[in-house]
Amino acid sequence: MSDRIIMAHGSGGRLAHELVEKGFVSALSNPILDRLDDSAVFDLWGKVAFTTDSYVVNPIFFPGGDIGRLAVCGTVNDLAMMGARPLYLSLALIIEEGLPREDLARVVESVQAAAAEAGVEIVTGDTKVVNRGGADGLFVNTAGVGVIPEGIDISGSGAQPGDKVIVSGTIGDHGITVLSQREGLSFSTTLQSDCAPLNGLVAEMLEVSRQVHALRDPTRGGLATTLNEIASQSQVSIRIDEVAVPASEEVLGACEMLGLDPLYVANEGKLVVAVAARDAEAVVERMRLHTYGRDAAVIGEVRQENPGRVVMRTRLGASRIVDMLVGDTLPRIC
Amino acid sequence: MCLAIPALIKSIDGTEAMVEIGGISRRASLFLTPEAGVGDYVLLHTGYAISVLDEDEAQETLRLLEEMAEVAGDDGG
Amino acid sequence: MKYVDEYRRSELAQGVVRRIHRNSTRSARLMEFCGGHTVAILKHGIRQLLPPSIEMLSGPGCPVCVTDNSDLDKAIALAGIPNVILATFGDMLKVPGSRSSLQEARAGGADVRVVYSALDALQIAQENAGRSVVFLGVGFETTAPTIAASVLQAQQDRVDNYYLLCLHKLCPPTIRALLDSGEVGLSGLICPGHVSAVIGSEPWGFIAAHYHIPCVVSGFEPLDILQCIDMLTTQIEQGEARVEIAYRRGVRPEGNRRALEVMYRVFEACPAGWRGIGMVPGSGLKLRPEFQRFDAELSFDFDPGPTIEPAGCICGDILRGVKKPPDCSLFAGACTPASPVGPCMVSSEGSCAAYYLYGESGE
Repeated sequence: MSDRIIMAHGSGGRLAHELVEKGFVSALSNPILDRLDDSAVFDLWGKVAFTTDSYVVNPIFFPGGDIGRLAVCGTVNDLAMMGARPLYLSLALIIEEGLPREDLARVVESVQAAAAEAGVEIVTGDTKVVNRGGADGLFVNTAGVGVIPEGIDISGSGAQPGDKVIVSGTIGDHGITVLSQREGLSFSTTLQSDCAPLNGLVAEMLEVSRQVHALRDPTRGGLATTLNEIASQSQVSIRIDEVAVPASEEVLGACEMLGLDPLYVANEGKLVVAVAARDAEAVVERMRLHTYGRDAAVIGEVRQENPGRVVMRTRLGASRIVDMLVGDTLPRIC
Repeated sequence: MCLAIPALIKSIDGTEAMVEIGGISRRASLFLTPEAGVGDYVLLHTGYAISVLDEDEAQETLRLLEEMAEVAGDDGG
Repeated sequence: MKYVDEYRRSELAQGVVRRIHRNSTRSARLMEFCGGHTVAILKHGIRQLLPPSIEMLSGPGCPVCVTDNSDLDKAIALAGIPNVILATFGDMLKVPGSRSSLQEARAGGADVRVVYSALDALQIAQENAGRSVVFLGVGFETTAPTIAASVLQAQQDRVDNYYLLCLHKLCPPTIRALLDSGEVGLSGLICPGHVSAVIGSEPWGFIAAHYHIPCVVSGFEPLDILQCIDMLTTQIEQGEARVEIAYRRGVRPEGNRRALEVMYRVFEACPAGWRGIGMVPGSGLKLRPEFQRFDAELSFDFDPGPTIEPAGCICGDILRGVKKPPDCSLFAGACTPASPVGPCMVSSEGSCAAYYLYGESGE
């Protein structure tokens, strides 16, 4: 058995079958997957949430996670943001010829661990291999289904004037961690990606309050972009306080050094929630008891005027508009 | 314009130093500030220290600002 | 963070603001020359805190914005040479040239890499012996010494595949050209803090002496800028014109002699073209003859193509402080950060981008 993935592993023949059985099914085993039918078959009752995402992060391994964990958490979180209980995921891999088998095994192990933590099963998958240069090592796509319990109606368009806006923890951890691994920017940090499945946290929040109106997880584009999305979808304005937004010293230091604004740096294990004001304190308290919500804080409120706008009260007490991210976050010298 | 950030020198090796900015570490060149020593804060710009921060001046500035804040407060604005 | 957080304390800011309000009786027009100041002022909402008697103008202190199209076209052409790796600061990546940008060139197959430091570019050269690394040298006197240092290092380490496209510019001659044009009546100048950390406060003396305009060297934290405005206001009210340093923890009157020595060892002054201002004598830097082997313009055969300026773009007027971003017919319409026409909208320090992104919410 070669120690690298070769084109033949994607051809559907014996080598490919061996890879699927020994490389994937044995690690991810569950009754549905084990059947290895063309489709996974299962029952679903109720309102279904369905999502898909592709992952192309480079490097594929980074402090605090890897592309496998990222993929599972990303899809689980998209389902959780609708108030759904995530159930089943598909896993499609596009592997670059030459990827060490050991790396692939590590990623699959990571997928399994993340799935177990989130309480979901990988029930179907696909593997393709592309020529060298075709895929940065590994590209992953996951799709997922979940069921939304009765009475839950959460979406990005649900924020209401008067709601409090809460963020579940420190911003920018993932983006800065990945940046620290890039060539040309070398800085070292003990920072880790915050990549995490948030369905458990959401479940806790929903236990405390049924007045959770909007939920979104700020990924690329950062907190600022997500707040703008909610403001726009819900046709409200959002006002936040600069001093209330949690951020670690390291993220702040890296942002100062590189000329980045933490509001625009990527996250992978955080959520933003708009909840009725009277429940806000109780929700924050419950969030803080959870591993992934320990730094939760109220950062602002939802208002009626100026729909679509996000405004921040600076630490000096003045106001400024916070727009969406435009283009990439690039380090600057000026 | 130029983004320069205060960084603490943790160690020095020839003209190179390891500096820290709020928990982030990076190497920095002291080629332009050979007088800098361990424990000094320098202004870090694109990987080079361009100036050594003067602690006394920093304190003096803060003191002036604090004074202004008190006086302004007493006057009732 | 030490030396940062202390200068953001809001209770101290209120003290300075009240003082400015109390002391400012005359109309005053202050210009911040430095793009970093433009961003800091807008980001912290400082304009909102000032009395209506004080008007703030932004000047041409964004090295990205003042880079002429023709120079950018040179960089793009160099990036297109097959064996070349073009290393650049992130600021330059999206700036539109006559036909393209470095980002677009990269999408088309050019090897363009963003670095944080010239040393990172040098390392890329050392790790890619068979290829040529061209470093895009932009920036004022804050950055030029660091680039000069990298050239000296390359020379010492015998790195023979490291080159420089030298587009560095000097501030004092440009401010002089601006003031000579007579277009902008200034009451006071907020001098760039980090440029001054290198050149000191003495080079600004001619502004106070010849043009009778008070100058105060400012840091970049909100308290620094407010303190600077307070000091300018005091001078203006008293009819004085001196050079003062507010940013005393980082700037000395004589600057950083060593950094200046390194800069002038490798570079010498030359005429340079500034977008919107044109040719300003002695305002640019070029490699001295003994370092010419590092000069990318002399070492490579390339054709940047004809220079085209975008129609309707008034970046030049904005850089000179005679117009404000909302005055431009393209502002927030055809020209936005997502699809910039001119550099003032690309650089996060450009007046237009800063106006667009931070806006004034007026709340």
